[in-house]
Amino acid sequence: MHPAPSVILFSVLSGAGFGLLFYLGFGLAHPSGWAAFLWWGLGYALAVIGLSASTFHLGNPQRALLAFSQWRSSWLSREAWTSVAALVLLAPMALSDWLGLGLPRGFGWPGAVLALGTVFTTSMIYAQIKAVPRWHLWLTPVMFLTFALAGGAVLAGQSFAPVLLAVLLVVLLAIWQVGDGQFARRAQTLGTATGLDRIGTVTVFEQAHTAGNYLLREMIFVVGRKHAQKLRGLAMVLTCLLPAVALAISTGWWAFVAAAVCHITGALAARWLFFAEAEHVVGLFYGKR
Amino acid sequence: MTTLPTHTEKKLGLAIDLDTCVGCQACVTACKGWNDQGYGVPLSDQNPYGADPSGVFLNRVHSYAVQPIDGAAQTINFPRSCLHCDDAPCVTVCPTGASYKRAEDGIVLVNEDACIGCGLCAWACPYGAREMDAAAGVMKKCTLCVDRIYNENLPEEDREPACVRGCPTGARHFGDFADPDSKVSRLSAERGGYALMPDLGTKPVNRYLPPRKKDVPYEASVLAPLLDIKASGFAGWLDRVLGKI
Ligand code: SF4
Ligand code: SF4
Ligand code: SF4
Repeated sequence: MHPAPSVILFSVLSGAGFGLLFYLGFGLAHPSGWAAFLWWGLGYALAVIGLSASTFHLGNPQRALLAFSQWRSSWLSREAWTSVAALVLLAPMALSDWLGLGLPRGFGWPGAVLALGTVFTTSMIYAQIKAVPRWHLWLTPVMFLTFALAGGAVLAGQSFAPVLLAVLLVVLLAIWQVGDGQFARRAQTLGTATGLDRIGTVTVFEQAHTAGNYLLREMIFVVGRKHAQKLRGLAMVLTCLLPAVALAISTGWWAFVAAAVCHITGALAARWLFFAEAEHVVGLFYGKR
Repeated sequence: MTTLPTHTEKKLGLAIDLDTCVGCQACVTACKGWNDQGYGVPLSDQNPYGADPSGVFLNRVHSYAVQPIDGAAQTINFPRSCLHCDDAPCVTVCPTGASYKRAEDGIVLVNEDACIGCGLCAWACPYGAREMDAAAGVMKKCTLCVDRIYNENLPEEDREPACVRGCPTGARHFGDFADPDSKVSRLSAERGGYALMPDLGTKPVNRYLPPRKKDVPYEASVLAPLLDIKASGFAGWLDRVLGKI
């Protein structure tokens, strides 16, 4: 699948943002005064920047409001609802922390749950696609949620962040391990896709068209996979190891900033791989994956 | 509404005959020609005369080489367009309600006025039947020529999809698969018509009719012993001389 920068940016930033908002909403991190303004502001900024980045890849963003209409069937529509609901419901808590209004913490809980819910709906947009075997996996929501929880913990300065980073490392290894065999497990080949395996061994004789098209650009992305192993290593080091080490050796602000920057950079690499390595079954018709 | 109808009265679709298809691409051209000026925005092309042209088509024809275990290899041409699936995943993922399946005849359509061009439906389709229009930013797909099949302004014989009408070998058949007596249902039953990737659970309506069994070489050469007569006399001399040149 084509790793569109806007979608990668969106899912990483908003994932980390909603993760942070989850901790703030639940009161696991409870800054006050201007510190609260900064922390809540960071959470909101990441979530909103992420959401608006996601509109960049739309063909007709001016109609985006229509995306709220199909929550009964569409995960993308549900994501629209949960994200807006989370941001709205958390606002009183954010104001209370900032201005010291002393609202009971329970006010933040529904929003906190919805913040994680938003990450879950995002993950289901991918996990529901049967035509992309690597995504159609229960590990996909697990991976998105762990990313949000670990990234949020780093950003919220939680002491248990290194533990969650370790869990994230395990989840990443698992999704790569299981994901690598997913296409083969689906057992779809050019022969089964065309149904011509009932006659014999099928190979491409001539492509359907000599020039490129939307399918080849969007769904049959084959460049850049050769460095996948190196990128995986880099993603693990940047996303999990370096931030965990930084947070373990110091509680100073520089360790916090270094951990946050490393983690987000690594997350971008991991998300790039999530798209670039995913193969759509339509590639079979072209003899490419 | 992007929830699917529980039942469609008709199941309009195509039966595509892989035995007769010669891969001439006439259906590709007919489809592009009709749909360029019919339902919704035109099917745009980018850089059509340049080095790297690209454009939207609702129907594409592949060519495959198939090698049976015994017998000669075959070239099989393979048209690919929307299969108007009963359990269409492209419809349920759509966040805006732009993608829908009609309860009356099962045709899967995009209401372009509501499409935000998110591309999710094209991801959800396992068959590559949807292509985004790069100029208008909306999703295009086969309409089963909904603006022909019911069009009373057209002469009766033209009220079928452009690709069906344009096919010189009659390899594409249009009809109602819900009616067991329709031409397409009978054809499919007789010829062992099959659905594509049924294990993905999309329940396609379109059927592909597999190529008929081909003769295998030893069956074709029943007369071979008779043809293998040794030439003698003048013919034999000629045979030897020509063989040496
Ligand atoms: S072939 Fe693809 S676009 Fe057509 S109905 Fe089926 S899933 Fe949808
Ligand atoms: S591209 Fe258009 S039709 Fe397809 S899912 Fe998005 S809004 Fe719906
Ligand atoms: S039915 Fe119409 S829109 Fe569909 S492939 Fe044929 S010509 Fe194109």
